[in-house]
Amino acid sequence: MKPAAFDYQRVETAGEAAAVLAQLGDEARILAGGQSLMTVLNMRLARPQRLVDISRSKALAGLRTDGDMLHVGAAVTQAMLEWRPGLAQELPLLALAFPHISHFQVRNRGTVAGSIAHADPSAELPLVLLALGGEVCLRSARGGRRVAAKDFFTGMLLTARAADELVEAVRFPLASAGQGHGFEEFAMRHGDFAICAVAAVADARRLRIAVGGVADRPVARDLPLLDGAALDDALNDFAWSLDVRDEPQASAALRRQLVRRLGRRAADQALTTRRPA
Amino acid sequence: MTVLDARAEHPVRLILNGRERCASASPRRLLSDFLRHELGATGTHVGCEHGVCGACTVQIDGVAQRACLTLAVQVEGREVRTVEGLATDDTVLGDLQAAFKRHHALQCGFCTPGILMSCADWLARIAGRGVPDEAQVREMLSGHLCRCTGYTPIVAAVLDVALARAESSNA
Repeated sequence: MKPAAFDYQRVETAGEAAAVLAQLGDEARILAGGQSLMTVLNMRLARPQRLVDISRSKALAGLRTDGDMLHVGAAVTQAMLEWRPGLAQELPLLALAFPHISHFQVRNRGTVAGSIAHADPSAELPLVLLALGGEVCLRSARGGRRVAAKDFFTGMLLTARAADELVEAVRFPLASAGQGHGFEEFAMRHGDFAICAVAAVADARRLRIAVGGVADRPVARDLPLLDGAALDDALNDFAWSLDVRDEPQASAALRRQLVRRLGRRAADQALTTRRPA
Repeated sequence: MTVLDARAEHPVRLILNGRERCASASPRRLLSDFLRHELGATGTHVGCEHGVCGACTVQIDGVAQRACLTLAVQVEGREVRTVEGLATDDTVLGDLQAAFKRHHALQCGFCTPGILMSCADWLARIAGRGVPDEAQVREMLSGHLCRCTGYTPIVAAVLDVALARAESSNA
């Protein structure tokens, strides 16, 4: 499996990348870590005219707190974030999710923003961004804009990004006092695509449950603080609300059951790990 | 930077296992093929060519990653380390290689070069953080498929090296 021919251009800034996209639109593809894109190219599921490589851009490699957000530039690898000292305090939900994200060798090259731009419905990073209420920073020759995670994912591998825009950065809200987090996943093998993944965030007022791998995009629902049978009932309603289809590797019934069971485990974990406000 | 034309070959300069090397590649040339066919470094094996099996794993600037998901033109000016660079000379195995031999951590050996490059990076990165447990080693190894060993002797070899290195750094 070898990719079809393409022109290759390495760029240093978001502005240079946006200029190419303004000229070529979706005939150009942004190459960050390439852990999804190179696979797609090797299988010849995509044949772009040009690859625009941002992976060595220092300008896009920013990883820093900005107020109550963590700013992650488009060239930041998943490993750079995973091995960031203090991540478990800053973003406990990400720290819980990382061991489920593919494998060590893939996280070493794959980028955080690239996974979110790719928008695979079973990917963990889009799920975590949605659960935390993060945002995506888009850049084009026309200017910049920020899109909330809940508006960014629009379907299977589809996002609100226009053909002339690149994902310049993603921003995760830092954990606040009184929050608790839970993460659960079922996959056929460790690190494989999630059949179902659930992220939970609890605070003093509400419980948010977000589900990946089930519908055509990650889906979040806010619940009041419930427990026992009332929580199970709410999770059952959530499972039935998701547009889930039978697939060879998992039936719709199995996925709904995973939403109920993993949802309960993630919720319990989030409720019991709430830190004193 | 200028656009590299799809139909042309372009010089790629890199440091391969500590030595300067240069060969040419078209933009679509995968690093795995570039190493094997242009540079003669056939220790890096090619399995699935979509990032799943781990056989082609090499280190780029010290970080273990898939050569089949990397373009040759992307390693311009960078240090690439392959399994050929693990032993300090032709007659003495490195400690990791020796542990694999001692624990029978390979049979056919097809997956071994990639596994060694992953383990070498990971063991260096966790140095000073205490001895890892089996679950951590298995999580790291989950990115490699081995159809011979059942992984148990590989895990034992990695744990053995981690313990030996921790003890020698405390001595």
